[in-house]
Amino acid sequence: MPRLLFEKKGESIWISHLDIMRVFQRAFKRAGLPLTHTQGFNPRPSVSIALPLSVGVASCCELLDFELDGCDVSLEEIRSRLNTALVAGICVLDVYEQGRKIRDLSLLRCSVVLEYDNGIPVGGLEKLSNLFAQEEVVVPKKTKNGIQEQNIIPMIRNVDIMAEGENTVVVNALICCQNPTLNPAQLVAAIGQYLPEMTPDFSKCTRLEIYDNREEIFR
Amino acid sequence: MVQKPARYTGGEFNEIKKNLDDVRVRVAFCFPDTYEIGMSNVGMRILYGIMNNMDGVWCERVFAPWADMENAMRENNLPLWALESQDPVKDFDMIAFTIGYEMCYTNILNMLRLSGVPLRAADRKGLKSIVFAGGVCAYNPEPLADFVDFFSLGEGEDITVEILSLYDRAKAEQWSKESFLLEVSRIPGVYVPSFYKHEYNEDGTLQSITALNGAPEKVTKRIVENLDEAYYPTKMIVPSTEIVHDRANLEVFRGCIRGCRFCQAGFSCRPVRRKSAKVLYRQAVESLENSGHNEITLSSLSTSDYRELKELTDEMIPYCVDHKVNLSVPSLRADNFSRELMMKLQTLRKSGLTFAPEAGTQRLRDVINKNLTEEEILTTCANAFSGGWNNVKLYFMLGLPTETDEDVLGIAELVYKIITTWKECATNKKRGLRVHVATAFFVPKPHTPFQWEKQITPEEYLRRCKLLKEHFYSKSIEYNYHEPDLSRLEAVFARGDRRVGAVIEEATLRGARLDGWDEFFSYKTWLEAFDACGVDPNFYTVRGMEEDGILPWDTIDVGVTKDFLRSERKTAYEGKITPDCRAGCSGCGANCLLKEVTCDA
Repeated sequence: MPRLLFEKKGESIWISHLDIMRVFQRAFKRAGLPLTHTQGFNPRPSVSIALPLSVGVASCCELLDFELDGCDVSLEEIRSRLNTALVAGICVLDVYEQGRKIRDLSLLRCSVVLEYDNGIPVGGLEKLSNLFAQEEVVVPKKTKNGIQEQNIIPMIRNVDIMAEGENTVVVNALICCQNPTLNPAQLVAAIGQYLPEMTPDFSKCTRLEIYDNREEIFR
Repeated sequence: MVQKPARYTGGEFNEIKKNLDDVRVRVAFCFPDTYEIGMSNVGMRILYGIMNNMDGVWCERVFAPWADMENAMRENNLPLWALESQDPVKDFDMIAFTIGYEMCYTNILNMLRLSGVPLRAADRKGLKSIVFAGGVCAYNPEPLADFVDFFSLGEGEDITVEILSLYDRAKAEQWSKESFLLEVSRIPGVYVPSFYKHEYNEDGTLQSITALNGAPEKVTKRIVENLDEAYYPTKMIVPSTEIVHDRANLEVFRGCIRGCRFCQAGFSCRPVRRKSAKVLYRQAVESLENSGHNEITLSSLSTSDYRELKELTDEMIPYCVDHKVNLSVPSLRADNFSRELMMKLQTLRKSGLTFAPEAGTQRLRDVINKNLTEEEILTTCANAFSGGWNNVKLYFMLGLPTETDEDVLGIAELVYKIITTWKECATNKKRGLRVHVATAFFVPKPHTPFQWEKQITPEEYLRRCKLLKEHFYSKSIEYNYHEPDLSRLEAVFARGDRRVGAVIEEATLRGARLDGWDEFFSYKTWLEAFDACGVDPNFYTVRGMEEDGILPWDTIDVGVTKDFLRSERKTAYEGKITPDCRAGCSGCGANCLLKEVTCDA
């Protein structure tokens, strides 16, 4: 099954996971690239996205699997036709004949931007570094079965914390994104819980790159 | 975080953006309900295309924010913005509303309030923020007379262009607002409420309506004569988030031949104008290719009455099968061709059987001229049940003119006959039968033969609901009735005069908005607003209107004459039907609106 890599930026970050599927289904149709349909009572065009992305999170590394219904078009042609048919902010970067098994996907590099309207609190960078150097940082996680306590430290491979100007801190982290999954927003939640004085006025997450467990880029 | 943020960002496929250097007139086109409802509205899509096709005009969309967003906007002092440019509505030249439902009146005022634009027309000076409105509710514009600068009556394809061209000139030549209103009132179909003086008798009824400043005595709605040549948007905005009608939409014809006496659209959308299957097929294919939708719906007031329905569907079905597109044809009548078509489309499988007999006995169905017989219902049910279907939905109204308890119980009887039919015909009885029955509270509407009728009291309506409920014995029946509160207010505003405007304003200031949504509708707020303004809702509901008196909407001419409505009312009380327009013209008068073509009933 072919796979494509796309980015989600700008206003399009507000489109939900389910809606993104619909956006792609329609874009394929507009691009004259008919998709195969699922069997069953209510046939649906077959597209699937590797890791659902939360509303409001930008990404440079989304994977979408699809299957064309008897359409002999080059990979480059698929990319360019889709890009004319897609909405602003969503752009297909690459198309592959075949992707790796999704279960081998395991790590995500993400950046979390923390903005402080009145400047970064004094000693903030150090406090943040110390927080993620602890052995246990427990943050509540909402699941289908209610709220569970989750120690996020084992799911963080490495963290890099930098100041950008006087008001912004960028947390760049390599975290588990599958079995188990750590949502980058949990890093912000941890800060709010353990270092209330470091709670940012505004925060924004971006997915930068995905890897297998040997830290090789996953496609 | 607000729910469904994608509805506030714009940026959808086929959205129109323009370079401000090329724009002379900016229009904020407001839909007084949420994005999901507004984006499903075909009229708005037509006018969005028409306005943006004009040189120097940029029309952008604005929707009512959901409560969570409204709160966030108030907390952050963020004024209401338009989707395309994200610029505040208050910076636009013109603010247009399309109004399809009385209970969105508070949304109109609330949207102006969120924009930071004065609510009352008299408080908006100069050419900026001119507020105008159209849509079916403009056929009785009086409740909004104090807030809207002018109304555009009827179909907007041509008149909107004339209005904007005039504004373009007015702005370039720096006219005053008064000069602009004077000139715009000369465009046929434009109603400037401030140019009409309404005076009342001591009993509260209208004494006189006087036209001022040379404004016309009657303002006649505009229509498009040739639909084949009229603009139709086939390059429509494709929402990135799910909306109510998430599909391509094709309007197959305009007007209605049926004449159900309670139906406002049935009379006010006349005369009937055809659209050829050839043009429709071309527009269907273009719409689907440009949008990527996997469903298309054929819409009209009564699609079975479209003359070329067979030709059109014969051509569309193969295309839709090839391209894996669902063809949906709602509001089909229970005739033979429609039954075959429903089978072919398999829409039955999805939607089940739905009937709107509106009344329980043939006598009352004759009174309201609802041309649907018990036999038609039972035959269609029998066919469907033997084909394996076990679901029926039935819609009725309670409180119709001349209704007695016998008519109410007629509903129970009809449902009982459907259950008997199921027992006789059903091939698959394992799952049992479900009959969903819903009753609505009759609201008399302007420009219908029932425009003078009394609405029954909410108490009496509830008594009839209870009576009906007591006569439903079977477990297969699921009965729902609309709460009367909303329908009572709807009746007030449908036939309201200028004095109810203050109530709408008061209710808005007291926090009423999104009244069409159960979670926000507060009857208490409304009753307090009526009280505060000294307006009695009963004056507009249970009192009824004098047949020889002046009606608040008498200035508005929709084509159908008042004499015809009077005679239809008389025929109704005689319990007689008026055959549909195709069986013979009954002389409603709407054909006088046509110059180039004849009525296609």
